[in-house]
Amino acid sequence: MPPVIRHRQLLDPRSLGDALAMLRDEESVMPLAGCTDVYVSLNFGTLKPTRFMNLWRLNELRGIDRHDGRLRIGALTTYTELIRSPLVNRALPMLVMAAREIGGRQIQHRGTIGGNVANASPAGDTLPVLAVADAAVELRSASGTREVPFRSFYTGYRQTVARPDEVIAAFYIAPVAGTQWFRKVGTRAAQAISKVVVAGVAGPAPRLAAGSVAPTVVRLSGTEAALARRATASDVERAVLDDIAPIDDVRSTAEYRRRVAANLVAQFVHETRVRVSSRRR
Amino acid sequence: MRFTLNGKRASVRAHPMARLLDVLRETCHLTGTKEGCGEGECGACTVLIDGLPVNSCLVPFAQVDGARVTTIEGLGGKHPLQHAFVEFGGAQCGICTPGMIMAAVALGPKPSTPEMQTGLAGNLCRCTGYSAIYRSIRAANRGTASLKARTTTGRKKR
Repeated sequence: MPPVIRHRQLLDPRSLGDALAMLRDEESVMPLAGCTDVYVSLNFGTLKPTRFMNLWRLNELRGIDRHDGRLRIGALTTYTELIRSPLVNRALPMLVMAAREIGGRQIQHRGTIGGNVANASPAGDTLPVLAVADAAVELRSASGTREVPFRSFYTGYRQTVARPDEVIAAFYIAPVAGTQWFRKVGTRAAQAISKVVVAGVAGPAPRLAAGSVAPTVVRLSGTEAALARRATASDVERAVLDDIAPIDDVRSTAEYRRRVAANLVAQFVHETRVRVSSRRR
Repeated sequence: MRFTLNGKRASVRAHPMARLLDVLRETCHLTGTKEGCGEGECGACTVLIDGLPVNSCLVPFAQVDGARVTTIEGLGGKHPLQHAFVEFGGAQCGICTPGMIMAAVALGPKPSTPEMQTGLAGNLCRCTGYSAIYRSIRAANRGTASLKARTTTGRKKR
């Protein structure tokens, strides 16, 4: 047994009720879903927590269905399940596009949408999709259930509004009107973490969100407003640069990210035929 | 922990957070599964869980409770892909080969080239440039990988 495992403890609840009771009664327990992020840190020796909870058995957290006119995606839904779901393909094709670009098959079979959101990396590929879809996050605890708009789920770098006694149970997505668009730029097509990732919805009120360009995923509100008033291409580009705050890190530089984010928005405009002013200034 | 390992019922004692990779290699003594990167990038440790390829370096042992696990040993050296990889140069240095074959098994019958490219995107091979791997998979599907491959390896051993 590698030394990194020896002092770790795993709680292994058989039902969601048991899991929520454990999270209420125990302190500092880290939930485990598909482990495609957590076990990378574990293998690297950089994972600090020592107590974990296995969520993998909890079928209450799986499944994709319609719920009062909204799409409901269980937190333990894997990327493969998203890719194969006729419901998701119909209602939220940009989520399928995102899922296809995450890792290879091996990762797609284990990694979950709830894990991607809970891991809270600003580079998470499903995050811009949930942001432009105006998704809601269902949080469950022993004391009840609450829904949080995805837009207010992150409070800072790797910080969320979820309490330690809560798990992410599901995501709710109301019908999205308009053409959906997704593009990730990484070092290579498969197996690469994004340098910049953008999701968009074209329509009368275009929506855009970007990842890897700020401490959290960001809605490009200024850019959306510029597109809605049919601003010039250069005004749109300026709005993108105002909306983001990228940094230099191991994967890329701030300057590259600024350039690519602006290019991706231009590509979104071009491919989805969002009408911009042709006036030059 | 009870699960099915290569078609046989298994009851194995190991730390629930141990990596499936380590349990297979060190507890079950099935060393065909290799560790490459240990971070889910290279696919050398690929095994099947309930028929789906996964990176065993990223799977806690607790998560295979009740599941069907298949490793390269489970193919028994007799799988058409194993013969084809030997005969058509799909294996060179060999470190990626067990994982590559397990990922190839999961491609199903007669995969197209894009299906092979996507299905094996999580398996890194720095020797073959992949052409020989695709050739091997096509041959296995055509049924042209012959028993010659077995005699060839047999001869080498002598």
